Amino acid sequence: MTVKLMQGNEAVGWGAIAAGCKFYAGYPITPSTEIAEMLSRELPKVGGKFIQMEDELASLAACIGASVGGLKSLTATSGPGFSLMQEHIGYAAMTEIPVVIVDVQRLGPSTGQPTSASQGDVMQARWGTHGDHPMIVLCPVSVSQSFDLTVKAFNYSEKYRTPVILLLDEVIGHMREKIELPEFESVERVERIATDVPPEWYKPYGDSLSDVPPMANFGEGYRYHITGLFHDVLGYPTTRLDEIDPWIQRVHRKIERNLNDITLVEEDLSESDKTVVVTYGASARSARHAVKLARQRRTKVGMVTLLTIWPFAEAEISRVARIAKRIIVPEMNLGQLALEVERVAGRNKVVRVNRANGEMVTPQMILEAIEDR
Amino acid sequence: MPTQFEHTEYMYLRPTKKFPNVWCAGCGIGIVMGALIRAIDRIGLEKDDVALVSGIGCTGRMPVYMDFNTIHTTHGRALAFATGLKIAKPNMKVITIMGDGDAIAIGGNHFIHAARRNIGIAAIVVNNAIYGMTGGQYSPTTPIGAKAATAPYGNIEPPMPICEVAKAAGATYVARSTVYHAVELDRFIEQAIRKNGFSLVEAVGYCPTTYGKMNKLGTTVDMMRLLKENSVSVTAAEKLSPEEREKKIVRGVMHDVEKPEYTQLYEQLIQRVQHAQPANPDKP
Repeated sequence: MTVKLMQGNEAVGWGAIAAGCKFYAGYPITPSTEIAEMLSRELPKVGGKFIQMEDELASLAACIGASVGGLKSLTATSGPGFSLMQEHIGYAAMTEIPVVIVDVQRLGPSTGQPTSASQGDVMQARWGTHGDHPMIVLCPVSVSQSFDLTVKAFNYSEKYRTPVILLLDEVIGHMREKIELPEFESVERVERIATDVPPEWYKPYGDSLSDVPPMANFGEGYRYHITGLFHDVLGYPTTRLDEIDPWIQRVHRKIERNLNDITLVEEDLSESDKTVVVTYGASARSARHAVKLARQRRTKVGMVTLLTIWPFAEAEISRVARIAKRIIVPEMNLGQLALEVERVAGRNKVVRVNRANGEMVTPQMILEAIEDR
Repeated sequence: MPTQFEHTEYMYLRPTKKFPNVWCAGCGIGIVMGALIRAIDRIGLEKDDVALVSGIGCTGRMPVYMDFNTIHTTHGRALAFATGLKIAKPNMKVITIMGDGDAIAIGGNHFIHAARRNIGIAAIVVNNAIYGMTGGQYSPTTPIGAKAATAPYGNIEPPMPICEVAKAAGATYVARSTVYHAVELDRFIEQAIRKNGFSLVEAVGYCPTTYGKMNKLGTTVDMMRLLKENSVSVTAAEKLSPEEREKKIVRGVMHDVEKPEYTQLYEQLIQRVQHAQPANPDKP
C-alpha cells in the first residue's frame, strides 16, 4: 500500500491500470484531460496502448474495437464529448461489448462552463442513446472511491458484457485528496467469460444460464459477426420478433437479476431518522457535513449515498421511504435524480436542494432543508 | 461443376448465413465482394487472421456473408473501430469496407486521420456516387449536374476526389478501379491488403436502382458499359488534356510509397519506455 496525494482524475487512471485496462482512446476535453495525460504516460509502461483520436465518436469506437480484440478499454470525456459518444454507448449495449466510459461532468448545456462543476448528466448517462437498454452508472464521492469504482466499473463491464459509465464531476475529478493505493496484484479483477466450445458450436449471443453469453475475442479462432442491428444468437441481423424480443428481455434480465451485486449504496441511518438525505457524487460531501452539523444540534437525520445511481436503488429507497417522513435530495442540477427518488418515495416526501450555476450545493443549503420542518 | 472462381468464393462464404443477399439485382457490390475474397485467397490468409469492419449502407452489409471475424459498425465509423481492433491485434489483417457516403461524408474525419496515422488497415470504398439504401440521395461523390432524390434539379456540389484525399492525408497505397474491371480490382485489393500501412482501393460502382433510374442511364448492362468506355488507365490519362481527364474515371495505382506503420511505431514506443523505466505501476 502506498499513500499518495492526487486528483480524482489521476485516481481513475490508476484504477484503470489496477483493473487491467490496456487501451485508452480519447479526445482532450476539460475537466477530464488529466485521465488521458496520465494514461498516455503510464499505459506503455505496462504494455498498454494509448491513442488520441480525432473526436469522441472515434474514441469510443476505437475502444469498442480494441475490446473486441480482447483489451480492457477506457475512454474519458465531459458533457459535450459525452453527447457525441451516445451513439456508440448504444452500439456497445446492443453488441454487448465491455467498455468503460468516464464522464467528468461540467456545467452545461453546450460548451457551458468547462471548469465549473455539475451533476447535469445524470439523465443523459441513463437515457442519452436511443432505444431501450440497461445501463450501469457509478458515481464516486472521493478520490479514493474514484480508484475503487473505476475497478468496479471494469469488473461489471466484463462480467455483464455491457458498457459501464463512471460519472465524476469537476469537483471530484480535480480535487486533490489523500489516497491509500493498494498493491495492484491484490485488487480483484474480473475477466470476461471465455468460451470453451468448438468454434462451430459457438453462439456469441446465445442464452446462457447467467444471461451473459461467453465472449470470444476476434482473431482467436471463433469467427463470428457483430452488428448494431438486432441479431439472432449467431449475431446475424434479424427482423424476427421471436428473436428481437428474447434479446431485449435477456439484456435487461442480466442486469436486473444481479442488482444485489451492482447496486452500491452507503447507508448511515437509524430507524428513528424521520429526515434522510439521499445523495451522490460531490453533493454527498456537502451532505456529509450538513448531517454532521445537524446531529451536533441533536437533529435526527440519516444519510444514504448512492455510489450506483443507475440502475436506480429502488429497493433501498423504498425502505428509506417507509421510515422517513422527508427525503432531501441535494444535486448540482435542477433536479434529475430527485425525479427517481420521487417516483419511488412519492413526490410529497421529497425536498429538492438544487444549484445549477457551477458551484457546489453548500452544507448550509442542505442544513437549512434538514431543519426546515 | 462449379467454375474455379465459384469454388474459391464459396469457400469463404458463411454456411450458416441465410442467402440471398440484401443487394438489388445488378448491383456491383457483389463483384467487389468476389474480388476481395479472391485477393484474400491469393495471399493465402487464414480466415481467423482476417477482420472485416464495415459501416452502414448497402456496402456495409458485405461482411456478414463472409466467413471471417466481421463487425458491422455505425455509419461512418468503421475506420475508428478498425483502429482500435488493429491496435489490439496488430498481427491481424484488418480490412474496412465502406460506401462513398459512409467513408467520405459522415466518416470523412476518420478517413483522413486513419490515412494520416498510416495505420495498417486496408480500406475499400465502393463508390456508387449515391446513398442507395436510403433511396438515392446525393453523396459527396455525386457528379455536378446529376439528379438524386435530394437533388431533383441537379447536384450543384463538386464531388470529393477520394483517392487524392487519401494520398494527401498520408495513405501509403492508393488505387482506383471499377466493378467492370474485376480482375484489376482483385489485383489492387491484393496489393492493398499486402501493404504495411494505410491503403485505399476505390472501386467505382453504380446503382441501377436509384442513380441509374434518376439519371436515365439505362440497364445494368448499359451502366457497366459506361464504366468500361468512360475509364482510362493512369498512363493513358497522362496523355489527355486536363479537361478530357476530368470526364474520365482514371484507373490504376495512384500512389505507392513506404512509411513507418502506426502499430509498429507504437510497439517500438513501448519497448523504448519499458527499457528506459522498468514497469512499476504500484509507485505512481
